[in-house]
Amino acid sequence: MKEFINYLADPIRSFPITCILFYFMIRYYKVVGTKKFAWIGGALLVATYGIFALDPNFWLIITWPDNVPISILVFSVAFLTWYSLYKCAENDKRLEAGECPIEALPENREKVWCWPNLVYTELFAIIAGTVFLIGWGILFDAPLEEPANPTWAPNPAKAPWYFLGLQEMLVYFDPWMAGVVLPGLIVVGLIAIPYIDTNPKGNGYFTFAERKMAITAFLFGWLVLWLYLIIVGTFLRGPNWTFYGPFEFWDFHKVVAEYNVNLSEFFWVFGLEMSLPKNLIVRELPGIILTILYLIIPVVIAKWDKCKEMIEKVGYIRYYIYMYLVIIMATLPLKMFLRWLFSLKYIIALPEWELNL
Amino acid sequence: MAEKGLADKVRETQVWKSIFRHGPPNNARNRAAVVAGNVFLHLHPIKLKKSGVQLGYTWCMGGLTFFIFLALTVTGVLLMFYYRPTAEYAFNDIIALKEHVPLGIMREIHRWGAHAMVITVWLHMFRVFMTGSYKPPREFNWGVGVILLVLTLLLSFTGYLLPWDQLAIWAIAVGSNMAKATPFAGHGGPGAMLAQIGDFVMVSDKNDVRFQLLAGRFVGEPALLRFYILHCVFIPLVVGVLIAIHFWRVRKDGGISAPL
Repeated sequence: MKEFINYLADPIRSFPITCILFYFMIRYYKVVGTKKFAWIGGALLVATYGIFALDPNFWLIITWPDNVPISILVFSVAFLTWYSLYKCAENDKRLEAGECPIEALPENREKVWCWPNLVYTELFAIIAGTVFLIGWGILFDAPLEEPANPTWAPNPAKAPWYFLGLQEMLVYFDPWMAGVVLPGLIVVGLIAIPYIDTNPKGNGYFTFAERKMAITAFLFGWLVLWLYLIIVGTFLRGPNWTFYGPFEFWDFHKVVAEYNVNLSEFFWVFGLEMSLPKNLIVRELPGIILTILYLIIPVVIAKWDKCKEMIEKVGYIRYYIYMYLVIIMATLPLKMFLRWLFSLKYIIALPEWELNL
Repeated sequence: MAEKGLADKVRETQVWKSIFRHGPPNNARNRAAVVAGNVFLHLHPIKLKKSGVQLGYTWCMGGLTFFIFLALTVTGVLLMFYYRPTAEYAFNDIIALKEHVPLGIMREIHRWGAHAMVITVWLHMFRVFMTGSYKPPREFNWGVGVILLVLTLLLSFTGYLLPWDQLAIWAIAVGSNMAKATPFAGHGGPGAMLAQIGDFVMVSDKNDVRFQLLAGRFVGEPALLRFYILHCVFIPLVVGVLIAIHFWRVRKDGGISAPL
């Protein structure tokens, strides 16, 4: 059983599984957003975590001091994702029946005094927060390892946990993409959301039905691409950034036979059975053409009816910004699948120019 | 007339009246006065939409983030009394914090608080997205929030180096190595070699982004000082200003969002 879970946890399998679970969560959000589901799902989650924790190797990982926040994060995100879907389902049923969302009911629209209503809530939150932080501080020592030694690198050397999604992307991308371009685009993309999403509905109340696209895209990025990768990066990556199952001992000598091949090799060596051309551009031409083709997808599909509809609604600028953000975000899962299916390393490999894609 | 209790007598003293200037907040006039007349409470509107006080709607994550920020400021200032940002002293000062300082859990609270703040900021953003609160008229404030999120991560990241242990320097080494690969501006990034005139290399490991970040080519003492000042002074000042803008705009954009 443990072997099987270790086997499933490998990103090759656990990433598609996560995507499928995400699909079902979105598809059947009205089932997910019920109290019954919360009790069953919550009990299952706690039970699984509890049983997992009995394993000494998993226990070591989750009790490592800087990993404690991740457990808190997992449970709070699980609860709040369910809770927001619950609120969405509740409102969507009302909207379908032609009623207003709960937040718009007259009794919720009325104004209340800040004192005592809000002030006391805040006081309670401050006290609860203080107790929580002091309790956490007493129970867990802040981590401290040996004094800094620039000549000896620990293995694995990990960034702080909130950046481990980015570090995990290094498996699939070079640092200039995983560490600079993609994080930069995440920030730009987040700031751009309100200017791209011109749908006036769903402002100030929970609803899924009225903003399916926006919520699906955001939740996919937040739950699957961001949180899932953080969990993989912290819990499942050991020495040499090799994959270790949740119950697997971090054996430094674990050898993973991995031979990744560049697209240029696929094309020239395996495809045409000749040696790699000397000229860099010629050598990487297949990858460059493929990349250009990928990048003009939004231009090509702009002719489709659905895209035309969108362009008419929001204009060209919003359409292209949205499309490019989406296709660049999509490069991550795409490259993951290409790696797993074909052991593809780089689409464009120009180490001479430090330009690997 | 009923006997006056002790509380009433205190309220009638000149000292009390000089501080609060209004009666107990049990009628409309005084409830308005207590919020409007207090420098801390006046961040709030006097009356607000009911959704603004419902935990099921707000999740309280923005407020908690601000609370943790304040808690981190207080514990951080206390830590600064004991900590010297040099390779010689930093690690030993951290040990001393635990061994010799009374109530030595300030560093624990500071560190766990930093992690908790990252989580509460994310959850705050999650809630704001799910309620569509970034939609007009709040687009700009969403952007300010995203910048605050990035700064929160940078605060946490710069603070990660300060204990000067193995965990610290290697986490920062991993993180700052990314800067090396910045296109055009890092010596290991694409495009850097284009910036070369004859033999003169414009972007090298002695002047690229990573060098500016670490004040050196590796995580050494100059990096410690640089991160210390970024962590304790520079980023908190920027965050303080942005928080002011964020809160101001929450009020000006119509308070906590609600159906139009």
